[in-house]
Amino acid sequence: MRTIRAVAFKEIQIYFSSPVAYIVALIFMALSGFFFVRDLGNPFPEASLSNFFQGATFLLIPLAPALTMRLLAEEQKLGTIELLLTSPVRDWEVILGKYLASFVFLLFLLSLTSYYVILLLLFATPDPGPIYSGYLGLILYGAAALSVGILTSTLTSNQIIAAVVGTGILVVLYATSFIGDVVTGVWATIFNQLGFTSHFNDFDRGIIDSTHIVYFVTVIALFLFLSIRALESRRWR
Amino acid sequence: MAVDAENQADLEMDLSTESTDVDAMIEVRDLTHYYGPMPAVENVNFTVRRGEILGFLGPNGAGKTTTMRILTGFMPPTRGTVTLDGYDVVEKSLEVRKRVGYLPESVPLHTEMTVTSYLKYMGTLRGMNGRSIRRRIDDVIDVCRLEDYSKTLIGKLSKGFRQRVGIAQAILHEPEVLVLDEPTIGIDPIQVVETRSLIQDLGREQTVVLSSHILPEVSMICERVLIIHEGHIVAADTPNNLAQHLRGVAQLEVEIGGPPADVLPVLRNIDGATEVTHHPRPGVNAYRVKFREGLDLRDDISRTVVSNGWSLLSMQMSSMSLEEIFLRVTTAEDDVE
Repeated sequence: MRTIRAVAFKEIQIYFSSPVAYIVALIFMALSGFFFVRDLGNPFPEASLSNFFQGATFLLIPLAPALTMRLLAEEQKLGTIELLLTSPVRDWEVILGKYLASFVFLLFLLSLTSYYVILLLLFATPDPGPIYSGYLGLILYGAAALSVGILTSTLTSNQIIAAVVGTGILVVLYATSFIGDVVTGVWATIFNQLGFTSHFNDFDRGIIDSTHIVYFVTVIALFLFLSIRALESRRWR
Repeated sequence: MAVDAENQADLEMDLSTESTDVDAMIEVRDLTHYYGPMPAVENVNFTVRRGEILGFLGPNGAGKTTTMRILTGFMPPTRGTVTLDGYDVVEKSLEVRKRVGYLPESVPLHTEMTVTSYLKYMGTLRGMNGRSIRRRIDDVIDVCRLEDYSKTLIGKLSKGFRQRVGIAQAILHEPEVLVLDEPTIGIDPIQVVETRSLIQDLGREQTVVLSSHILPEVSMICERVLIIHEGHIVAADTPNNLAQHLRGVAQLEVEIGGPPADVLPVLRNIDGATEVTHHPRPGVNAYRVKFREGLDLRDDISRTVVSNGWSLLSMQMSSMSLEEIFLRVTTAEDDVE
């Protein structure tokens, strides 16, 4: 436990002292702000965060891997992984510590958007339910995206490759639901259930369905498990 | 290369007798590691006694780093076993890693951290509690003379100071075994002297395994030296014994067409030859003639063979393998210092 905390704490410190994290935060805030105000100019604007939530799921596709790309790739590039893996630390503690750090930064990033909520409360009377469920969904969605990024960062010592491949996997997971919309029958169900989007949309509508929570938690567990195995296999290469 | 193989066999016999040593801290048995199809180390055997300072000597690519990475539990061997304080490096990796302090050759450090925060991080990874971390950080900063740089970002330190931080993290948790891969490479001569004396101090209480390609350095610091060449241990002894052994003898490999029973006594009769052995190979009778260094028996041997009506098929100075390695090792030093 202490080692997980040590790994996580170190990475969080580096997040808040490195330009990449701030650039990611800047891009996220600027573009999500755009999504937030996009519909406010309508003749019949809606006091909801739905636009922001939908936009955020899109933004996290490149941004989540950008947050995680450094975590293990850099250790492999610099060789610091040699000291990390020769310390009495288990491989899963390394992965979990790194992952928790990126998750904490995600929470920080989403907390910055809380002023959208404040704006809505000041100028309208939004329905609070979809806001809670939307944030819950976004946290789960973001956490799943980060776990994909952790895996690609474990697989390479090149941060750019980690980010690009991570984004690619997330694009596929984002788009499979759209494939599910065009095909029919059992394939529609399969594609819809595989992708992130259809599982996120219920949260956006204000529905907290345990199957969607189970889905995202399973995705996170799967990718973290693969990351741990990938780190283990590093030793045998 | 046949000579090397036999030297190797002799050595392994010598070394295996050590395995009865109850005071063994590290025991390496038949260690082999492949990168792809090429062995980086092959059938390496040695023992390190508790409290000993052991030096790996050998040119770059000899297998020193590979061996050390296996000792520290960074990667498992392809074949063979390594135990450290009785714990197998593969089966009980975590126990091994608790007992080892390691300085990799490239001194990889987190450049975006300050010296103190980095040491604190490494201390926690090694399972130390807050109080002992604080106490030990003060100690190692003092020992490694980093007082003026404790709040400096590691990325801003010179190579020599980074090396000190690397040693500081290796000794932080007071490990029973210190593994230092080329601890003096790439730092200036004054720091080299400091680092050597630091290692000697540490070696009074801890078991130290260090690697180097600088012969004088190893003979200065280490109580025992293993010479590694192309993945094999070609010699293992105290620095003094090694030096004497190397000074002593030279040898020739000769292939002679003639009845061995007649050839052997004749060769032994040659002035200056100290030892003659017969090594039959398919179709050829090879002989190894040892003699004191400084002599050159090639002339005598060829005359004798011809005058006896035999044919001289080949003749080669062959015993130089150890010296050649030393030569390579010592010439490499000029590049560094």
